[in-house]
Amino acid sequence: MVVGTGTAIRRKSAVVAHENRAGWLFAAPAALGLALFTLWPMMASLYYSFTNLTISGKASFVGLANYRNMFSGNDLYFYHSLGVTARYVLYSVPLKIAYSFLLAMLLNQSVRGKSVFRTIFYLPTIVPSVAISMIWMWLLNPDLGLVNEILRSFNLPTSKWIYAKDTVIQSLAFMSMWTTGTITVVFLAGLQDIPRHLYEATSLDGGNAWSKFRHVTVPLMTPTIFFNLCTTLIGSFQVFSEAYIMTGGGPDNASLFYVFYLYREAFTYSRMGSASAIAWVLFIIIMAVTALVFKTSDRWVFYEGGR
Amino acid sequence: MINRLRKRSWLVAVYALLLGGAFFSLIPLYWLLRSSLMSMAQIFQLPPIWIPNPPRWSNFTKAFSVVPFGRYYLNTALIVLGVVSGTVVTSSLSAYAFARLRWKGRGVVFACLIASMMLPFAVTMIPLFVGWSKLGFSNTYVPLIAPAWFGGGAYNIFLLRQFYMTIPRELDESAFVDGASYLTIYARILLPLTRPALIVVGIFAFMGSWNDFLGPLIYLSSSSKYTVSLGLRMFQGMYNAEWHLMMAASAAAVLPVIVVFFIGQRYFIEGIALTGIKG
Repeated sequence: MVVGTGTAIRRKSAVVAHENRAGWLFAAPAALGLALFTLWPMMASLYYSFTNLTISGKASFVGLANYRNMFSGNDLYFYHSLGVTARYVLYSVPLKIAYSFLLAMLLNQSVRGKSVFRTIFYLPTIVPSVAISMIWMWLLNPDLGLVNEILRSFNLPTSKWIYAKDTVIQSLAFMSMWTTGTITVVFLAGLQDIPRHLYEATSLDGGNAWSKFRHVTVPLMTPTIFFNLCTTLIGSFQVFSEAYIMTGGGPDNASLFYVFYLYREAFTYSRMGSASAIAWVLFIIIMAVTALVFKTSDRWVFYEGGR
Repeated sequence: MINRLRKRSWLVAVYALLLGGAFFSLIPLYWLLRSSLMSMAQIFQLPPIWIPNPPRWSNFTKAFSVVPFGRYYLNTALIVLGVVSGTVVTSSLSAYAFARLRWKGRGVVFACLIASMMLPFAVTMIPLFVGWSKLGFSNTYVPLIAPAWFGGGAYNIFLLRQFYMTIPRELDESAFVDGASYLTIYARILLPLTRPALIVVGIFAFMGSWNDFLGPLIYLSSSSKYTVSLGLRMFQGMYNAEWHLMMAASAAAVLPVIVVFFIGQRYFIEGIALTGIKG
């Protein structure tokens, strides 16, 4: 009997070992990918940021010189691109969140053709960024573009949009509202998860549409808003293609976004070391901003199950 | 009576806003199509013409003859094929390990994977570029395709894992008792049951790869290897005043993603609904 249990345990541990091996084998692509395409480059990038690596591959250790160069203001574009990006984030994130929340609210009403509208709202999100850029360059063309033409027909003042220094950031932020399909779908899923009986209870207490929105929808949606806020923030800090294609960072560097500045440093001027330092500063900024949002979250994010 | 009136006006407001949103979403796409079918003279006419008459299909043949877009389509198709197959195969294999198998280190690897989604691409971009160049793979499609064969991205693995977890464990446990191997369970039980999710992942991979701009921009230097996105960008540099041709080229670049979106839409929504069940 004792021998019997022993064999059973041995057989059991053989099964466990077998499963362990199989687990690693099945997860091998992901684990290797994580090591090769995330962990290694992350460490390498940190190391490069302390060197003067160029595209030809020659590098020597320069200590904190790259960082000092950025923060001392020697590099004219570091603070400038940071400011440009911050302004873009401040305009585009609230616009995107508010607009997609409104769309999701509309889709959550009992109306006909919901799935058609949902498809329509999602459609722009699948358009390639180069094509998005082309379309909006044409729409925002000051002389021949549709947007100014519509404004003119209503006798409203026109704008130079992306072609003027003081409107380019706002124009790109406005344009970013066009591709909010994913955020809208996430919001809609959140809205559909709100239990109906909560609305009914508010009705019974004599609450109107506004108090339902204010006391049921908004509190129960805060976790979804929080999620969308984080992903949109992270995405907006990395805006690149639109500016690269539409404005080339101009006019007069007015849309030289941070990642564009990094790209230019790396692939135009071939300063890989300095570009790595720029990338790490971006990483730290993104982590800090996300941490800040997380920190404030216990004041405004409401979790149904409590914490 | 007043209540009904109020309800009616509420509905009118909702429909008006829905139509406004639909207008904002569709007009730019309509304007793209409309401009792609016009002559230069028609396009510059004010007030603007809304319907091209007669539609000039020759813009498309013209755009395709001045820049070898046909070739760029083939190049892109090749990359997309490599990325989609790699993503579907390796993300489903890995998701199986995370959802079903017990192995040492699973928690740590999974946490790292999820955390990696927060990492800006800018951080890994430079070492990867330097690494691929050192290995002699710059100006090839290898740097664009290879990562897809190593898990296909944390997001896809996470999505598939969520799907696998909705499938009753008893199914694979009883198969295991019957002597099925892990590979058989994965291929015969989980894969067929999660077909909609695999299609969703495939569509995501298709769109990500077809729409990718920065990757090809960094790695591809000779214009014969360009993708559609890069070709479009080059086209813009050469013909930046000829809006009708630029719109034709752009419309041709948008078409494949729209077709795939509409073909896959049923699965797309089915897939999203399935995640909904999990809650």
